Amino acid sequence: MKKRQMYLRMITASLIRRRSRMLVALLSIAIGATVLSGLVTIYYDVPRQMGAQFRNYGANMIFTPSEEGFTLEDIQNAAAVIDSGDLVGIAPYRYENVRINAIPVVAAGTDLAGAQKTSPYWKVEGAWPAAGGEIMVGAAVAENFRISEGDSIEVSFTPEMEDGHDVVEDTYLDFKVTGILDTGGSEEEYVYMSLADLESLTGSAGRADVAELSVSGGGEVLAQYEERINQMGSPVQARLVKRVTASETTVLSKLQALVLLVTVVVLALTMICVATTMTAVVAERRKEIGLRKSIGASDRSIIGEFLGENLMLGGIGGILGSVLGFVFAQQVSIHVFSSSIRFMPMLVPVTILVSVAVTGLSSLLPIRGATQVDPALVLKGE
Amino acid sequence: MSLLELKNVYKIYGELHALDNVSLKVEKGEWVSIMGPSGSGKSTMMNIIGCMDKPTKGEVLLDGVDISRESARNLTTIRRDKIGLIFQQFHLVNYLTALENVMLAQYYHSMPDEKEALEALDRVGLADRAGHLPSQLSGGEQQRVCVARALINYPEIILADEPTGNLDEANEEIVVDLFHKLHNEGTTLIVVTHDPEVAEVAQRTLVLRSGRLAKEIVNENFTGKIHFDESEGFRKEEVKAANGIQQPEAPQKSGKKKGGKK
Repeated sequence: MKKRQMYLRMITASLIRRRSRMLVALLSIAIGATVLSGLVTIYYDVPRQMGAQFRNYGANMIFTPSEEGFTLEDIQNAAAVIDSGDLVGIAPYRYENVRINAIPVVAAGTDLAGAQKTSPYWKVEGAWPAAGGEIMVGAAVAENFRISEGDSIEVSFTPEMEDGHDVVEDTYLDFKVTGILDTGGSEEEYVYMSLADLESLTGSAGRADVAELSVSGGGEVLAQYEERINQMGSPVQARLVKRVTASETTVLSKLQALVLLVTVVVLALTMICVATTMTAVVAERRKEIGLRKSIGASDRSIIGEFLGENLMLGGIGGILGSVLGFVFAQQVSIHVFSSSIRFMPMLVPVTILVSVAVTGLSSLLPIRGATQVDPALVLKGE
Repeated sequence: MSLLELKNVYKIYGELHALDNVSLKVEKGEWVSIMGPSGSGKSTMMNIIGCMDKPTKGEVLLDGVDISRESARNLTTIRRDKIGLIFQQFHLVNYLTALENVMLAQYYHSMPDEKEALEALDRVGLADRAGHLPSQLSGGEQQRVCVARALINYPEIILADEPTGNLDEANEEIVVDLFHKLHNEGTTLIVVTHDPEVAEVAQRTLVLRSGRLAKEIVNENFTGKIHFDESEGFRKEEVKAANGIQQPEAPQKSGKKKGGKK
């Protein structure tokens, strides 16, 4: 039998045959690893979770034209810079002066599905327009024109006078009012229709005045997207909605700092707990250490055996911790963020390594104490 | 050259002289008993000979090497290579089987060899108990495992500290028989004991009192008998072959009924 085999045989015998004792040590390591793994999972998933929460506050990036205007194609090209995973929604807006009952009103043509994503907080009495010929009216407009949900209205548009023409003819389209928009803001002063309907009404297509985007990923990521888009040299100028992104960044960084602080505290507590347990284990095994030394064990052998046992315990605790840590993080995520957490496979080996390292470090002092045992005194029962 | 030689050895703890100018020699293959009342310095001497302690003054030559001047690390090596220890309290690792306990001594000495360890257990009559944990063995069986562990590395000296102190009569006889076998094979034995019947089977008995070597009894034909004189609180001896005086009856030890031992 090789020495290494005997070494493993001794270590496993100690762990298996002294399992009631070892379970206490394993429990403290596994609990520490669980909390650490769980908190680190939360730490890394917080931006994603909070980002999703923050997206409820609306667009955090705006595209504006650099000079005269930009086309929908320009907007699409600029938006392509943003990872599809980070792009929650995009809504290009084109504003035109139209008339309802001969009274001027501003009409906004947009991608209605995209607008619902960039403005999820809008309160609509009724429903968003879902098809051509449907319109959503701001609450202020609805009040002025006494329009209700389900009414039919006629919207007219007067084209600009072209050179060589004395008269221009208005264009008309009939719309069914599907909903009344109530935001408490200036949005209530517009009517909303699909971009296609507005283009049909105005007779010109492919143009937009502004685009609103909802992008997840936190302040730094947003700033990088902004910089890359602005360096493209296209007519699109990207800028961040500071009141949203700044508060998002502040809240995120504070939350992450809090989780990090708790993680460090838990790490310290785990180390103290493991060190205390190991000190107790060493004290309990003084006779055995004395015996081993009396039959020729060197200090190095004693350190190697105790460290081997503890590292193995650390490894088992790490495996348990990485599994239980995910369960812990999942429960926290479900109860706090109401969504499930993303499993990070890399965290499994990291948790095991950290657990082994923490157990090893915490055991160093107690194990050093083991080498100080005087076999003559211990074997005499002193 | 003697295998072991103590020259003017002192061990002093403050005012207490645990060993006070002790000199002795043990030859290779000799079987020596050390007797004496509690506090006489037996254990101190054992610890020094066993490389687990150092004398305050004097020289301790083991196989020609003065172990009183060696570092702790060297003493561990000497203990591992030259000495086999047997304790009164058995001292086995409680989560290792009998076989693994024997292999433990091999592990620290050189290379574990399961077959050889099993043979050592067979020599002490415990081959069939090799897979048992100490808690599954009787006191006598545990002590025999200790003997197997002590002899597995073929040490120069086997040091036994009260090896029969916790054993019943039957197991005491088994252990003493094992010592006979080891001695016949040429092993040097130093046995510390309170038991005159265990001491008397040795070739020589050294009697310690108050840290001094008070008496030395040579049992030339192994028929010497040592008796305990309770009025003196000390042992006196008669060696039948040497003085021809009729041997007085040995006092019975409390709690033990013994038959005669050769």
